[in-house]
Amino acid sequence: MEFKLNNEQIEIKRAAREFAEKEFTPELALEYDQKEEFPLGLYKKAAQLGFTSMRIPCEYGGQGYGVLEDCIVVEELCRVDPGLGVAVSLGNLMVPDVLLRHGNEEQKQRYIPPLAKGEKIAAAAFTEPEHGSDITRMDSTAKKTGDEWTINGAKEFITNAPIADTFIILCQSDPNAQPSHRGQSIFLVEKGMPGLEATKLHGKMGIKPCVTGSLCMSDLKVPDANLVGELNKGFYYTLELFDGTRITVAAQAVGMAQGAFEKALNYAKTRKQFGQPIINFQAVSFKLADMTIKIEAARLMMYKAAWLYDKEKPNPVATSIAKAYASRVAMEVTDDAIQIFGGYGYLADYHVERFHRCAKITEIYEGTSEIQKLTICNYLQKQT
Amino acid sequence: MDIVVCVKHVPETAEAELKIDSTGKNIEKTGLVYDINEWDDYALEEAVRIKEKQGGTVTAITIGTEDFDSTLRKCLARGADAAIRLTDPKFQGSDAYATAKILHSIIKNLHCDLILCGLQAGDDGSAAVGTILAQLLGVPHATMVKKLELCTGTAKVNRELEGGLEEILEIKLPALFAVSTGINEPRYVSIMGIRKAMQKEIKVLGLADTGLTEAYVGEAGSWLKTEKLYVPPVEKQAEFLKGTPDEVATKIAELLKSRGLI
Repeated sequence: MEFKLNNEQIEIKRAAREFAEKEFTPELALEYDQKEEFPLGLYKKAAQLGFTSMRIPCEYGGQGYGVLEDCIVVEELCRVDPGLGVAVSLGNLMVPDVLLRHGNEEQKQRYIPPLAKGEKIAAAAFTEPEHGSDITRMDSTAKKTGDEWTINGAKEFITNAPIADTFIILCQSDPNAQPSHRGQSIFLVEKGMPGLEATKLHGKMGIKPCVTGSLCMSDLKVPDANLVGELNKGFYYTLELFDGTRITVAAQAVGMAQGAFEKALNYAKTRKQFGQPIINFQAVSFKLADMTIKIEAARLMMYKAAWLYDKEKPNPVATSIAKAYASRVAMEVTDDAIQIFGGYGYLADYHVERFHRCAKITEIYEGTSEIQKLTICNYLQKQT
Repeated sequence: MDIVVCVKHVPETAEAELKIDSTGKNIEKTGLVYDINEWDDYALEEAVRIKEKQGGTVTAITIGTEDFDSTLRKCLARGADAAIRLTDPKFQGSDAYATAKILHSIIKNLHCDLILCGLQAGDDGSAAVGTILAQLLGVPHATMVKKLELCTGTAKVNRELEGGLEEILEIKLPALFAVSTGINEPRYVSIMGIRKAMQKEIKVLGLADTGLTEAYVGEAGSWLKTEKLYVPPVEKQAEFLKGTPDEVATKIAELLKSRGLI
């Protein structure tokens, strides 16, 4: 057992940190938090340096690393700014993953390289207005006539929906399947296809530079060639996808916690009350110690889940443990950071409140913390 | 065009809280973050840009411990082709002269048309290694270089002088240039670069490879000795400017101008 990153991983961490520290300036972070706009220029810059395609194999224009290296990058980006960090790193998370596993060679060649290079943006549409945690049944339907499919329905809370060029959409392809999740399929859809409409959501609590939207599909015609993998396997492909992406969310959470912690630590060393730096008061220093303990534990869980994913095989329990814990830690640590800053922490200009607002999403998306606990409980019940 | 770039791995001290160590001659280094010396970063970038335009090779060279590999790996990731680390306990305590002597012993045997250094190092700020090295190598040099243009057999360099003056020199190659920050904009390390860098080897050489004896390196080979390092006592000097906002602004502008700050 070795508790350290190798030289290559250390260099990756440093490169991501340097990029984020120079590019994600506090002013830019505030600006995008207010504008709720996708930082396209930053995304392209990060993509050209390889930060957004860590997991995509070299033959499709990516970097050919594993989930662990991807998580190292994501942590560093979110450490500097949670909003910009998530926006830049979330674009390529899901679509290439599904295509790599289940797409045919033509789909891979056509759709993955432009995503890897940052020329295009992807969105994966699973969630529906009536189906969040429970995706065992989709209201969006796909009906086949001849050699094409007609898709009807709506998707909600879809990351990148308003700006994406390439979509994958989970639909109910067999409405009579019992149980219903055995009748779901994934389809590739391109921006501009008649019948596909995206609208932007406003007023999110955090990760505002990461644009989110709704999709409306009305008689959207998709050729049979756009079916991803096998018919009626979409549900299984989706669950399998989450085993990897949830680790990335844990990495986002660890990065957000680390970033807020460092701000709080610096502040505690320089802010003076009662004639001395507030870090001299145990009420503050113990809080900082607790934050350190939590972040360290969360990071190790995230590393372990990523390591298992890369070295052995995806371990849903390790993944759920990492995601549920890291996201809780992100909430607690960013909250503590605001408390250490006191009144200043409540102001946008001191940045920690933004970390707290952004951290909340990590407990919600890619499976809520309750869903993670369900995964863990299912495992516990099967244990003898 | 084969280029050698001399780089140093230095602690980032701009925002760190510095303390003097128990010897009274150095700073407490625990907890400091190290990186490539800022000026050397520009020198490396300049070398890589020349190579990309004209072909050739870039070799990064440093004197230091295994920790210095992270700076060398950064150079390799940004486009250097080879890296050399000169490591020997005997090298410790070398001043600018001994440092230049060690570098010279290796560089003299490398084929190079150009040697680039940072103007100075962020830690000791002596700004002397480049100049001494040029003398030892017997090649012309220029310092404070803020623009570099290569011609056939010569180089045209712009030097930034005090008082906003700029000088253009034409210098015969091979030559050594000590570059200023701002000569270019150093690129970020890319993931592709890191992958390539990991396949390149860092060559490690010791005292025996330099052909020098102990007397020429480290403290023994140094001409300067540090007597004391200290933090000067804080003096409180403040001048309060009085008058209307317009008058105060004029006075501030005059003050800044008289000190050559604007």
